[in-house]
This record gives sequence, structure tokens and C-alpha cells, in this order.
Amino acid sequence: MATVEPTPVPAGRASEFGLLLISLVLGVSAYALVGLTVNDSLPGTFYRDCLALVAIAFVMHVVIRWRAPYADPVLLPVAITLNSIGLAMIFQINLVTDPQNSLASRQMVWTLISIAAACAVLIVLRDHRTLRRYTYVALLAGAILLILPLLPGIGVEINGARIWVRLGPASFQPAELAKIAFAMFCAGYLVTNRDTLALAGRKVLGLQLPRLRDFGPLLLALGISIAVLVLQRDLGTSLLFFGMFLGMLYIATERISWIIVGLGLFGVAAFAAVQAFSHVAARFNGWINAMDDSVYNAVGGSAQLVGGMFGMANGGLIGTGWGRGFPQLVPFSYSDFVVASLGEVLGLTGIIAILALYLIIIQRGFRIAVGTRDGFGKLLAGGLAFAFAWQCFVVIGGVTRVIPITGLTTPFLAYGGSSLLANWVIIALLLRISDNARRPHPLPLRRDSDHSEPEPVLEEAR
Amino acid sequence: MNELTFTLLRLAYLGLLWIFVLAVINVLRRDLYGTKITARRQRPVPAEAPASSRSARSTTTTPRRVLVVTEGPLKGTTLPLGNVSVVVGRAPDCALVVEDDYASSRHARIYPHQGGWYVEDLGSTNGTFVDGERLEGPQPLSLGTSVQIGQSVVELRK
Repeated sequence: MATVEPTPVPAGRASEFGLLLISLVLGVSAYALVGLTVNDSLPGTFYRDCLALVAIAFVMHVVIRWRAPYADPVLLPVAITLNSIGLAMIFQINLVTDPQNSLASRQMVWTLISIAAACAVLIVLRDHRTLRRYTYVALLAGAILLILPLLPGIGVEINGARIWVRLGPASFQPAELAKIAFAMFCAGYLVTNRDTLALAGRKVLGLQLPRLRDFGPLLLALGISIAVLVLQRDLGTSLLFFGMFLGMLYIATERISWIIVGLGLFGVAAFAAVQAFSHVAARFNGWINAMDDSVYNAVGGSAQLVGGMFGMANGGLIGTGWGRGFPQLVPFSYSDFVVASLGEVLGLTGIIAILALYLIIIQRGFRIAVGTRDGFGKLLAGGLAFAFAWQCFVVIGGVTRVIPITGLTTPFLAYGGSSLLANWVIIALLLRISDNARRPHPLPLRRDSDHSEPEPVLEEAR
Repeated sequence: MNELTFTLLRLAYLGLLWIFVLAVINVLRRDLYGTKITARRQRPVPAEAPASSRSARSTTTTPRRVLVVTEGPLKGTTLPLGNVSVVVGRAPDCALVVEDDYASSRHARIYPHQGGWYVEDLGSTNGTFVDGERLEGPQPLSLGTSVQIGQSVVELRK
């Protein structure tokens, strides 16, 4: 006979503090090295920026100790590392090309705002299960966020995609936040309806198809979001939404038929997009025939993609080092192509370390989903982790020429306030769910506690 | 900054980056050991003391029995029965909580009566079956009879 009981997991706040110190050293030294290499002096606002970064990181650490003491210990240090490496990369490109245009300091402000927002989420949201009450509110909020850029007056079109909202000096990409709202809706809807989705319905060719009345609301939500995104010419985000939807459906129902049906639909959609949109066809051609002279020299051809690959080749195994190399030659090397820039500066060794950090965030997300007790938390954590993984794959795969390029942001690294804010909120949600998952629970109290009923004992099968 | 310092700093940075990755993985290593398995020689003795005092109080004494789950997700679980009734179902306050889509929240009750054990359906949707027959009312439960509750089968044993 033997009893099986979970090992008490240490809360890990001390580990978090130690890792946070290393991650801040990584961020601050990258920033200093860029300044020392390019200008032979520390950047002008070095002490102010570093102090702000260190302060906000410790504020978040204290907030976690206060409001989520059992939360996962590695998420915060990993996110801080990625964010500060991204800041240093943007600072280097900014310093070499146009020191007056303060991309880096704007990104710094967005970092502070985003981490503050993550702290606010941790303080306000005491239990992630309350989010389940707002399932349909989340759907409505997501829909409004998606439609905002189409409204005249506040919506702005930049580089052919109408995905921006401008309010005064700040511009914002609401689709990033709509992603979180959509994940909340899917988790709330699927946790109530997953049994009927998985079990009811006819079998066609060995595939279990759901009934339309169970599946209808989901299909409608997905259809609207994708239609809006296509109207906005933002195919990267619609790919992200579609993948996240499929991933969550699979997590909820365990039906392999979803993957097959989804990939089939995706194939049709991709074919139609290549036929219907000239810019998609150009992207596709620039991916297949990237090294072709005529494609390379064409307007909107593969020059950016191939430039990024030249950069990574220049970086080689250990990179050119902070402040060296020519990442600035590639258009959008600070946002879409930040991975190629980092590949040049830190080399293969550094880029694999960065990919390992992404992998750790994703693994923690799924581990939190496994560990938490309620279905909604499982679906939300699993869905957010899958969306994060899918986004990394789509954008890094695009830059490294595994798949065609789509306009998605690299989480934490790329320039862009809305993406940074959304990813920090995702980290805050994962921390909140993991606090719930790792908190040692007392056994549930029985209603009639006066005559103590025996506890169920899990024993080894004899 | 001369070239030597630059190269050393460049390598040191990559080294520190990997030290960070490995430190994170080291923190996560604990996750691999999720459960602790302790072998037991015998049942803990203190459990007997309150049980005997309680049986002295009650008018009828019932023989000690255990409820064993023989089929379903909880297969292998045993539940020592005391002198009180146990409710089986999906509700978290049941004595035996089954994670089963085909079981009702308060599915069936197994209770002691006049020295024997009885099983009774609590108005479940899919019914409770004793030896393949659907329960209509309370029925005495003999040793080794299988009781089907949703996808689980439980059995009374010594």
C-alpha cells in the first residue's frame, strides 16, 4: 500500500528575486554596452532609465509577494529579460539611424506603463474565475476593439493596414487587446459547452461534427473577427485569432477532427487570400523565390526578408556584439525584424537563448493550465500560452523564412506599445492563474462536519 | 573601448544570458517531481479511537466495510465506510466525487440500516444500476455486488 500526495511546491519568491537580479543585470549591461560601443560613453539618460526599469521590476515583484504569493517564480524574470533586451536593441538601431527620433524612450515609457498595468491586473483581479462572469462582455469588448480602427476620425491607416487608433499623441493597435478578450470569451464559452460540442452531433466520414446550435455562436464570433481583420488588411492578426481559436477548441474537446477541419479551412482561406489580395500574393512569391534577382529588386519584394537573413549570417555563431553590426539597414529592423537584428548582434548562441526563454514562458503557460483546478482557468491559461507560441512561430518563422512573412509583433522584443501592454497583461493573467494553481488548498469542508465522514483515500491498486 | 575588452564583454554577455536560461531551468526542475509516494505498513492507529467511541454511542452497529471503485476514472479508489451514509456524485461535497459527465451531482446514496448496507438512487438522470437492473427504491447491498453510477462501478467489500 502507498499513498500518493502532491509534493508541497515552494512558493519560489526567493528564486524569483534571484532570477530578477540576473535579468536586470542583463538588461542594464546590454543598454550600457550599446552606448559604450557606439558613442564611447554611457547613454545620456542611462541612470534615469536604469533606475526606472529596476524600480518598476521590483515594484512588480513586491506586488506579486503581496497579492499572488504562490505565483510562478520564473515568468516575471523571463519577461523582464526579453523586454529589456528588446529595449537595448531598439536603442541601438535608434542611436545609429536617427538619435533625435526617440523610439527607444517611447518604448521605455510603454514598458513602464505596461508593467504598471500588469501590477494593476494582479491587484484588482483577486481570482481569475470572476472573469468567467464576463464571457459575453469580453466578446462585445473584443468586437468593439476590432471595429475601432475602421471608425473615421480615430482610425488611421499606416502602411496599407487600417489597424491603428490615434488618440492625441498616442497611437494604439486595439487588436492586441482584442486577442485577450477573445481568449476570455472562448474559455468561458467552451467550458460550459465543451461536452455538447465534443459528444453531440453526427459523424461524417469518421469525423465528429458538432451541432450548429452549439457551434454557431463560436463560428459567428470567429467569422466576425476574421471579416473585420480582412477588411483592415491585417492578415497576420487574423491568422493569430484563427490559430488561437483552433488551439482552444482542441484543448477543450480533445477532438482531432477539429485540427483536420481547421487546417482544411485554413488551406482554403490561404489559397483565397493569395488569389484575392495582391500584397498576400507578393509576400508568398517573396518567400518562395526570395533569392531571385527580380523578386529581390521589386517594390515590396523580398529585399527586407533577405536583408534580415544577411544580417543573421553576419552575426554568425556568436554575433557581432552590442553596438556593432548593421541591423539598421533592414526596414523595420526595430519592430517586425527585431529577431533578425538580435540574430546579428547576439548570433546563433544568443537567438537560441531567446527562443529558449520564449519556450519557457510557453511551457509555464501549459504547466499552469495542467496545474489549475477549474476548467475556465485551464482553458484560459492554455489558450493564452498557445496564442503566445503561435505568435512566436508565425513571426520568427516569417523572419527566418520558414513560412511567408505576416505582420505580427514579436512578443516583448518588438517596438510597439499595444503589443507590449497586451503581453504584460497576459503575463499578469498567467501569474494570477498560477497563484491559484500552486496555492496549497485545505481539503474542502463538508457541510455536515459534526459526524465526520471518512475522506476518500487514493490507494495503489492491489 | 579597445577590441580585447569588447570581445571579452561580448562573450561575457552571451555567457550571462545562458547562465540565466540555465538558472531558470534549474528553478523549474522541481516541477518534475510533482508527487510524493510514501509506502505505508498499516493504517494509522488513531483513526480507530473515535470510530469505536462513536459506535458505542449508536444503537445499531454495522460491520466495517469499504467501498471500492472497480471501473471508471477513479478505478482503484477505496473509501472506508464508517457508520454514516455516503453520497456518490459530481458535487464537491459528496463523499465520493466522480468526475463523470454521465453522473448526476448527487447521484446515489449508500447508507447503513439495521446492520446492513443499502443503496438508494437520489433521482439521478441516468439512473443507478445494481447488477444491471435499474434501482427503483432502496435496496440492500450485499458484498461484491457491482453498482453502476454513470461510468463508474463501485462495489462493497470487507
